[in-house]
Amino acid sequence: MSNLLTVSPSPHVHSDDSVQKIMYRVIVAMIPALIWSVVVFGVDALRVTLIAVAASVGFEYLVQRYVMKVKPSVSDGSALITGMLLAFNVPANLPWWIIIIGAFVSIGIGKLSFGGIGTNIFNPALVGRVFLLISFPVQMTSYPAPSGSGVDAVTAPTPLGLLKEGLMNGQPISEIAGNLPAATDLLMGSTGGSLGEISALMLIIGGIYMLLRKVITWHTPVAVLGSMFVVAAIFWMIDPETYIGPAYHLLTGGAMLGAIFMATDMVSSPMTGKGQLIYGVGIGVITMSIRLFGAYPEGISFAILIMNAFTPLINNSVKPKRFGGKK
Amino acid sequence: MLKTFKLGGIHPPENKFSAGQAIRNAELPKVVSIPVAQHIGTPSIAVVAKGDKVKVGQLIAKSGGFVSANIHSSVSGTVAKLDQVPDSLGYPKQAIIINVDGDEWLESIDLSDTLVKECDLDGPAIVQKINECGIVGLGGATFPTHVKLVPPKGMKAEYLLINGVECEPYLTSDHRLMLEKSDEILVGTSLLMKALNVDKAMIGIENNKPDAISLLKEKSSQYKGVQVVPLKVKYPQGGEKQLIKAATGREVPSGALPIAVGCVVSNVGSAFAVYEAVQKNKPLIERVVTVTGKSVQNPANLKVRIGTPVSELIAAIGGLPEDTGKVISGGPMMGKALANVDVPVTKGTSGILMIPAKEARRDEIKPCIRCSRCVTACPMGLEPYLLMTVAEKNLLERAEAERIMDCIECGSCSYTCPSSRPLLDYIRFGKGRVGALIRARKN
Repeated sequence: MSNLLTVSPSPHVHSDDSVQKIMYRVIVAMIPALIWSVVVFGVDALRVTLIAVAASVGFEYLVQRYVMKVKPSVSDGSALITGMLLAFNVPANLPWWIIIIGAFVSIGIGKLSFGGIGTNIFNPALVGRVFLLISFPVQMTSYPAPSGSGVDAVTAPTPLGLLKEGLMNGQPISEIAGNLPAATDLLMGSTGGSLGEISALMLIIGGIYMLLRKVITWHTPVAVLGSMFVVAAIFWMIDPETYIGPAYHLLTGGAMLGAIFMATDMVSSPMTGKGQLIYGVGIGVITMSIRLFGAYPEGISFAILIMNAFTPLINNSVKPKRFGGKK
Repeated sequence: MLKTFKLGGIHPPENKFSAGQAIRNAELPKVVSIPVAQHIGTPSIAVVAKGDKVKVGQLIAKSGGFVSANIHSSVSGTVAKLDQVPDSLGYPKQAIIINVDGDEWLESIDLSDTLVKECDLDGPAIVQKINECGIVGLGGATFPTHVKLVPPKGMKAEYLLINGVECEPYLTSDHRLMLEKSDEILVGTSLLMKALNVDKAMIGIENNKPDAISLLKEKSSQYKGVQVVPLKVKYPQGGEKQLIKAATGREVPSGALPIAVGCVVSNVGSAFAVYEAVQKNKPLIERVVTVTGKSVQNPANLKVRIGTPVSELIAAIGGLPEDTGKVISGGPMMGKALANVDVPVTKGTSGILMIPAKEARRDEIKPCIRCSRCVTACPMGLEPYLLMTVAEKNLLERAEAERIMDCIECGSCSYTCPSSRPLLDYIRFGKGRVGALIRARKN
């Protein structure tokens, strides 16, 4: 025996899974929606995404290197995802400097001020997004018209914005309905909206991919969408002239993007399936409360951030089923 | 639908390279070193001295208490000395060192291959015989078998479970034994049933061994009350509690033994050893050891005398592969890494596994991303990420409340962690601390 043997405790084998691989699977899952946004909004969608990604990765590197003085962990891919998700949550015509501010808030405040990957309480991309929504309400809610030929001066309201405006003007649903996009347009995504949220179909494709690759489980998306459906259905049945049908709610706004990509963020969502169901129902109910009774047409970003705050409490009180029953 | 246990579990690559290799006898070593502590419980007490002549099968160390086991010479020759030899971790342990001379067995041992089915002994006499012959659990835990066969007062066994799961990757010794000694295992099972006074036995075998399942199924019809239960492949199904859950649907309560749900579990290797002890009068002096690894050209299943240096088994398969970085005694999930390969094979050595250097070291530890894979993988329904944190911070009461003592140390959490966090290392550390706390509280 010339060479020394390695001695370490068991197990001596490891799955070939890594943080990087999980993150890259999430990125692959976002590509259908990204491609669709380029089809609808033109090169501008790509411009916003690239700026958001470059700024997020750049800020992560700079803050870790020079402020936190730790080894930068940009290669794990999580800052890249935050950048992409931030881009998905803003209009395709957002000025470059606002995107950079958003990336700074996402990474610097949302993520690194809590300690970096794994320790952030709130979804970093949503922290940035909500910061921008409150700070730059005009730019953040002027959505470009879906032309496919780049962004021009024409803006288009979102399907939820149209609905809210009509209701604010005291119109009943039956009158507004004529102005609203058809369900197929919502599914495919040829309406106004944030660049990654418009096509329910592309987001669902990404979600199925993540389910198959075991990046996410069904609990959170099903709980979010299911509870939104139930709340919307109840009000719709009470008064269909004031409240639109549940399908419209599921296909509009950030419902799909939020349920599939934002609420399922591993770090800021609960650890157990049961916990994720509670968390998801919380998101769905809060989202619907904002949509039906709030001033904003859409509220899933706020709902996810609020439920993020409950995640530690849920983890502490909802335990997995123990082998051998209760003690 | 094949049966399996419900909570958690993982599917590591099986790599059972030696499954097609028939069991062959390893060469007799020139010197054996037989430790007096090869089982869980009190070490045995040497009853031979330097210069004594011994025969194969002769008692050389007697049981040191109720939870202990006799140890017999695996070779014939002269006792060279009683000395401290390094164990698998390098700690010095008392052992009897014998220079081998020929291969002379005690006359009382039946060396023929004839299958002996009939047995006139009653239950207690069988237990007595098992006790005398030093049979321990050969699955790796090495718990003395006779202790299990005497349920505590007020408890009654209902099922005997024979563990033929062999869920550890790479290992094939139990698989080969089931193929080559099926009748002996079935007779051993019947003897254990008689000893326990139960009329139902189940042999649990994972579905990746269809040949063993069909062979034992076919033969078990001749043995009353013995049923073969094919199981869906999932690690750690060979864990006692997981096997009981899979085969019977019963859950052993936290902190309790299998007998609490009327079950006694014994390994197929132990059932074979029981057969040899009771029907052939042969003490436990040899066992089947899988010698394997990704770079091993000729992986093998060797019948090895207890006390043979591991290095001789490695020589038997053509020497240590060039790229070896780690040598493991046992399987890759729960086995022990050897500090040196001169340590002896003991009753609990189920395999010798050579791991290439590039797989021998762990990946860099990254922060927990709370992916909950460890929670999903845990077969005991624990939260390894949390147990690691509370153990690391020495929050022992919290660790106890989170059921750290339920951990069976299967390693599924560490295996599955994408951040390569040393979950089980910290949980073991915490278990040690919490165990001490519980003992202190009792006193």
